[in-house]
Amino acid sequence: MVVPSSDIDSSSPDAMRLFYRRLYPFPSIFTWLNQQHAPTRLFTHREFAFTLPGDVYLRYNSFQNVEELKKQVCNLNPSRFEIGPMYSVRPKDRRTARPGAFFPVQRELVFDIDMTDYDPIRTCCSEAAICKRCWGFISAAVHVLDAAIRDQFGYQHLMWVYSGRRGIHLWISDKEAMELTDDERKAMVNWLTVVQGGKEPGKKVNVRIGSRALPPSLQECLQELAEVFTDLILQDQDCFATEEGYEALLMLLPVPDVVDALRAKWSADPMRSSSEKWTDLKAQIKKSSEKATLTAALEDIILQYTYPRLDAEVSKHRNHLLKAPFVVHPGTGRVCVPVDLARIDDFDPDKVPTVGQLLEELNHIEGEKEPGDHDSDWQKTSLKPYVEMLDNHVARIMNDIRKVKLENDMSW
Amino acid sequence: MWKARNQQARTSAAGDSKFQGSSHSDLVYPHRLNFYDSPPLFDVTLEEFEECALDRLRILAEIESSAARNRTWEETKAVTVSQCFKYLPLNSTSAEKVDRDSERRKDHLGHFVLRLAFCRSEDLRRRFIKAESTLFKIRYDTDDSKERRNFLSSRDFRWIAVDDSEKAMYKEQLKAAYHGLKSESDRQSAFAADNFYKVKWTRVPDLVDRRKVFLKGGWAYVPGRELASIVFQEFEVQLDKALNVTAKSLPRLDEDTRLVPILNNLSQGFLAGVASDWSGMSSESAGDGITADMIDDMAKKHFPLCMRVMHSNLIKDHHLKHFGRLNYGLFLKALGVTVDEAIIFWRKSFMGGKVTEDRFNKEYKYNIRHSYGLEGKRANYPAKTCMQLLQGNDEYGCPYRSFTPDNLQTALLAAYTPLGLKSIDLAEIMHTKKTEHFHVGCTRIFEITHGHCGIKKGEGVGDGESVTHPNQYAARSIELEKSKEVKTEAMDVDD
Ligand code: SF4
Ligand SMILES: [Zn+2]
Repeated sequence: MVVPSSDIDSSSPDAMRLFYRRLYPFPSIFTWLNQQHAPTRLFTHREFAFTLPGDVYLRYNSFQNVEELKKQVCNLNPSRFEIGPMYSVRPKDRRTARPGAFFPVQRELVFDIDMTDYDPIRTCCSEAAICKRCWGFISAAVHVLDAAIRDQFGYQHLMWVYSGRRGIHLWISDKEAMELTDDERKAMVNWLTVVQGGKEPGKKVNVRIGSRALPPSLQECLQELAEVFTDLILQDQDCFATEEGYEALLMLLPVPDVVDALRAKWSADPMRSSSEKWTDLKAQIKKSSEKATLTAALEDIILQYTYPRLDAEVSKHRNHLLKAPFVVHPGTGRVCVPVDLARIDDFDPDKVPTVGQLLEELNHIEGEKEPGDHDSDWQKTSLKPYVEMLDNHVARIMNDIRKVKLENDMSW
Repeated sequence: MWKARNQQARTSAAGDSKFQGSSHSDLVYPHRLNFYDSPPLFDVTLEEFEECALDRLRILAEIESSAARNRTWEETKAVTVSQCFKYLPLNSTSAEKVDRDSERRKDHLGHFVLRLAFCRSEDLRRRFIKAESTLFKIRYDTDDSKERRNFLSSRDFRWIAVDDSEKAMYKEQLKAAYHGLKSESDRQSAFAADNFYKVKWTRVPDLVDRRKVFLKGGWAYVPGRELASIVFQEFEVQLDKALNVTAKSLPRLDEDTRLVPILNNLSQGFLAGVASDWSGMSSESAGDGITADMIDDMAKKHFPLCMRVMHSNLIKDHHLKHFGRLNYGLFLKALGVTVDEAIIFWRKSFMGGKVTEDRFNKEYKYNIRHSYGLEGKRANYPAKTCMQLLQGNDEYGCPYRSFTPDNLQTALLAAYTPLGLKSIDLAEIMHTKKTEHFHVGCTRIFEITHGHCGIKKGEGVGDGESVTHPNQYAARSIELEKSKEVKTEAMDVDD
């Protein structure tokens, strides 16, 4: 279980208020949502929802500019806040809108991967806990999903954000992605959903017709997943070591003879590792008369254990609210920081700064000189690399928009 | 955009003169399929305006109830094709003997009139788009393949043909999209024969949803045989846009007071389908020679629930309020009950109630004769359609709508248990009530209570048609009984 690594009580209202006043990177969040320097509808018509202590939930807030947002956040001092879509009408004015005139228009395309969906297969932790080892599932998922979205769908402005405890969010800001309708989002989610949800054991991958080849998009990533499977499932997590683990595997094999033979062998030798069992399985397939069926089953098993498991509902609707980057997770005190894709394998959830730790860092500097400009206090703390990550991301988005504008201006 | 005329001037004269032996290239409408990009700019009469719209509405209403009745695609297609044949024929270009331009003109005009009627609310727009695109799909499916190709090349669908080098580059990925084919050699030859087209993936969300295409950089590589998906999606997107534009310009149109009632009426037609006029059917009706004392028995065997309810109230209370008398009376008239028999029937039914013989003769008799067009302005009043009964005064309207779920179940069991209705059938009916497809529930009851005449689920009152008029319901029921009698007689002889 993760404990805030500081003696400042991060859940105290004072700590939170201080965090919002001095550390939260409002200007960066503003330009990221707004995609330009002067406020546009992407910001002014955007829904913000606040969670206040005591489970009070305030929806449909909207703001003229970033100062107004900051002021309100510091006032209300929410334990966290969420971001929704840009609506057709300012959300705070929705009551005065004509019936039917208030609807979501644009929204970052978002995805959510949560450790909960890996509970049936991970062996190192359970429930709310997460460690560096189970992060392996998340980072494998991120690699596959990131590559699929860039390569297949052609989106470029992807930002991965640690959710503060046991998952990760993806925000996509490309213009075309922002404009997707709910139906289109649903189609995309279905394309990317390979492992069906649900806690009950059994086969959860059904993407082919009979035992015919996998769809092209999956064939392409299978090689990479096979490597992940060896490292993560067979070695690190040793998923088939226990009886429960290998029985789950046997359930996915459609040929009873093979199942019986393997079960006999494995129950007689409780010390056989997952890798050895996998080798046994492959040897059986070589001998079997139903090679094609079993090879297809083998591929499906790799997918079932390694393919990203998405929380589909989050992505399907434009009006779904998602926790804002850089807010503090109330349970862990950790800040929801962006995650660098290139270094995601080394990411350690335990090393993410907590609000307590950050305030302490601030205290230290304060001892030396006068408090400076509040909006840039984060620069003096370990939040700095994360805010810079966001700023660089925003710069790339704005650069793209400038390019498009220029092209339009010239094509008169 | 619209020029409606009251008088019958300049009807389809242009079409008529063109018709004489026109070859394909002379056609004003070169294609059978139409994306309805531009509004009709010819003059139309008010009658033509309404008739084209009504005929099209019949088809769309039937398509909608097909969905509510959970018909398969093939069933929907069969019903629609046969309805189109009756009300909105649209022949292929090669049918040189037919006045194709005037058929296509009617198709064109009807579509645009209905746009006006259906652009007014989000719900109507959504339903209209769904029904229209189903109609388009059916026509696309049944179009001659060469003519379809001509149509497709007449329009820019914004797809980019994939050239040979690109096709070769993605050979494996493109081939893998042929999941449907079993053997490698089949896949190979299908791949070699197919052309591929690139479109932004958002134009084929259904193909993406089912992983049926290869995606690269936001482009979907669509094999030639799947182009239809793009065409259908484009049809819906364009129509959606057009309806929004029309909705915005509608207030100006509302100034034309002649059009507004027609349009209102049309959009209501979706609620209950479009009924044929049953007022003039008595001469050829299946109910010839009905006498007053036969009515009670017929009610039990052949009447839809609305009329059943009125009939039993009349028997029970020896009275019906004004609108009840009017609706039920017109129904009986259309059923073929003569004015004399009607007077006998009403007099008998009122006996034992508060209305004295004297008062009956003075007031009620006059009203009955009036409804037969024998008094006053001598108008021929038609019987009420389902659509009218669905909108009208609740007490005498369609019980599928006006009754509470509990009362409806009780009424249905009371009325139709003798005809074979079981309580397990009710769930389905109650579902149609919940989704507000009232006449679909009534149609289903017709099917169930005529199971003994060989009517199966989905056949409706014949040819898959839904109930749109109480008299259609009753007439069809009587017909079925007669043909059954004939059959059993024939069997008796054989024995
Ligand atoms: S659907 Fe029509 S025929 Fe059936 S009960 Fe209602 S009004 Fe009467
Ligand atoms: Zn763990």
